[in-house]
Amino acid sequence: MSRRAWLLLPLLLFIGFVAAAAWRLSAPSDTSVRSRMVGRDAPSFAAAPMLPERPGVAAADLKNGKPRLVNFFASWCVPCIAEAPVLLDLQKRGVVIEGIALRDDPNDIRKFLAENGDPFAAIGSDPIGETQIAFGSSGVPESFIVDGKGVIRYQHIGPIAPEQVAEVMAEWEKARS
Amino acid sequence: MIAETGLAALWLAFALALLQFGLAAAGNRLGDLKTLVAPVAVAQGLLTLLAFLLLIWLFVRTDTSVQLVAANSHSAKPFIYRFSGTWGNHEGSMLLWVTVLSAAGALLALVERRLPERSLRATLGAQALLALGFFGFLLIASNPFTRLDPAPLNGQGLNPLLQDPGLAFHPPTLYLGYVGLSVAFSLAVGALVTREVGPAMARAMRPWVLGAWVLLTIGIVAGSYWAYYELGWGGWWFWDPVENASLMPWLAATALLHSINVLAARGSLRAWTVMLAVVAFSMSMIGTFLVRSGILTSVHSFAVDPTRGSFILGLLVFYTGGALLLFALRVASVREGARFDPVSREGALVANNLILSVILGTVFVGTLYPVLIEAVSGEKISVGPPYFNAVSGPLVLILAALLFIGPLLRWRRDSRPNLRRIAGPAIVTLVALGLTLINSDMGWLPRLGLAFAAGLATASFLPLAGRDLRRTPLTIWGMVISHLGIAVAMVGAASDASMTKETLAAARIGESLTVGPWQVRLVGVDPVAGPNWTAVEGHLVATRGSSSIRLNPQSRYFSSPPTETNEAAITTRLDGQLYTVLGKRNGDRWQMRLWWKPMVTFIWLGGALIAFGGFLALIGRLRRERGKPLPLAEVRT
Repeated sequence: MSRRAWLLLPLLLFIGFVAAAAWRLSAPSDTSVRSRMVGRDAPSFAAAPMLPERPGVAAADLKNGKPRLVNFFASWCVPCIAEAPVLLDLQKRGVVIEGIALRDDPNDIRKFLAENGDPFAAIGSDPIGETQIAFGSSGVPESFIVDGKGVIRYQHIGPIAPEQVAEVMAEWEKARS
Repeated sequence: MIAETGLAALWLAFALALLQFGLAAAGNRLGDLKTLVAPVAVAQGLLTLLAFLLLIWLFVRTDTSVQLVAANSHSAKPFIYRFSGTWGNHEGSMLLWVTVLSAAGALLALVERRLPERSLRATLGAQALLALGFFGFLLIASNPFTRLDPAPLNGQGLNPLLQDPGLAFHPPTLYLGYVGLSVAFSLAVGALVTREVGPAMARAMRPWVLGAWVLLTIGIVAGSYWAYYELGWGGWWFWDPVENASLMPWLAATALLHSINVLAARGSLRAWTVMLAVVAFSMSMIGTFLVRSGILTSVHSFAVDPTRGSFILGLLVFYTGGALLLFALRVASVREGARFDPVSREGALVANNLILSVILGTVFVGTLYPVLIEAVSGEKISVGPPYFNAVSGPLVLILAALLFIGPLLRWRRDSRPNLRRIAGPAIVTLVALGLTLINSDMGWLPRLGLAFAAGLATASFLPLAGRDLRRTPLTIWGMVISHLGIAVAMVGAASDASMTKETLAAARIGESLTVGPWQVRLVGVDPVAGPNWTAVEGHLVATRGSSSIRLNPQSRYFSSPPTETNEAAITTRLDGQLYTVLGKRNGDRWQMRLWWKPMVTFIWLGGALIAFGGFLALIGRLRRERGKPLPLAEVRT
């Protein structure tokens, strides 16, 4: 290489750096932890009823031929409050929602449901996060669509925003067929 | 009114920077007006300083009608953290950055007398251009003086990890160092523009590089110690992207510091030195970019914002790209200086520069490799300490070995390198290596590190041999002490890496744990409260031989914002530190993490010596060169 070419080397390296940085800025890294359970059978778990008068959620119930949306939530979780109206909307559209309440107690849950509405067909209790880990979920709120054969079809991390309802409904229809 | 005055001062300073650049660019066509460049630079510096002082005032008063204060401060915080909270956030720290940039330009305009006038003007023009970009960034994308209406009753508080006396000084020190390098950058650009790359530029640049380097060293060493005791992980360097972002300018500045001496004394290495000056400040900007844009994940969760990232990337492209282009176009016309033999002081310094550049390249590649790989293949990977340690460790050993002989060589050519003079250090190295064999489970890298450190500790004094110590210039003392500091830090790092003892256990009250030579008994656990936190405090009694001491590690809970931090309790002995952390409660047991770290303090002691040596050299330079005009012949080169 001639001396001139060498002199351009730093500039070329720098251009490479800028290209990589610009790419990263335009496509921010996805840091959410995806569950490896999507496409597999739901794990075996049994979340005891949170409220004595209502059913809990257990793996055995999931294979009854009907799909459902399993929603991990908690009364202490602020984004869950934001998600509540969207869940009610999904329920009106025919989605069966079963909740799993994380590290919670019945009184707080009753208060939460009274304030934010109650879209749940069943509410299981997950006092130490066992069920959550079995699903490969990393936080609340988080939702999974489980089809009639008990296979996890779809995972949604974080609250479902109103503009994401269409996407969730499409997945729901897929799980039904 | 305070916030508005601050904003007005910033806009005025922006206008003055524009004027300063215009005056410098128009140059001789303006006749006598060109002499205004320096006064304008001073005025611009003062106005920016005023804006920064006003922001400090807002923070100290916890004026929550200012958005930045409301989001980052709280009136219940102790005074020192209300004060230091000024730069514990994105906008405030950018204002600090700009303040240092402007103040450095002002200082340069005030004190620089030896540079040819044309070069100085071009340099101040370049400095004004730098300031313009960052003023723009501050005023458009990160205004620190934005008002909030209605004002909240109180602020949201400062991240508790940052509520530490260390924070009051760590960022400003680092920033003074980072931005001090901007003067070297501007001097290099000024010299390229006026085609006056030569010893005069090097001598004007040297005190700035030395000063910035000393501050960077202090900042990095302090940051390392802060991470060590505040994060409660017992480590002192994590190769975190932000740590690397501070290390890269330091490495470039260290190389520059050495090559600049060759240029100042012998007129050689012109292109290389100019290049390093550009690279050093560019690395500072790249560091800022990496931290603020969030393109790399790091424990230093700064205000991460892609828009701001794009803005800084734009500045980076303009300044670094522009300077590198100017370099490529102009440097062919730079005359090469005096020739030298491979075996000579210059030769040794070139070797030093090459190795430092390779380390710099290694850190740079390692830091950005995850982004590159994901861009090319979509695969997510991370590069951790194993890579950095394996690659930089051996290079540091080679550097240390080079230090045995380098400072003893003569300029230009040394036909009989005094190999006999390094016989002593070589023997010390071998003996130390032999001694490390006693400990059979030590890795080879720490083993060689300890051996070369012992040799270097001896060799670093050789430049003093045969000198009248009272007449030895401060610059030589500075070199000796800095090189000794490297040996001391190497001892600490190698001991910590190879001889640390760790005990992780859940202990009941009354139970005893063993770590290294210590017996640590958990006597009790009590709640305690501070000004803005509550904590559980463990009471430990550590005994070794006949001596016994009490230690009280805490697990603190801060309410605004809600966060838990670990306050490690550390006791320092001559031969190491006992480091204790109280973890969570588990039934009737408490999680305890205990470390015995032999000679770990040498790491920071060595760092302090390195900085102190640089400080002595700076004093020596300033004393020796003050008011001394350059011989006419050198001005012409």
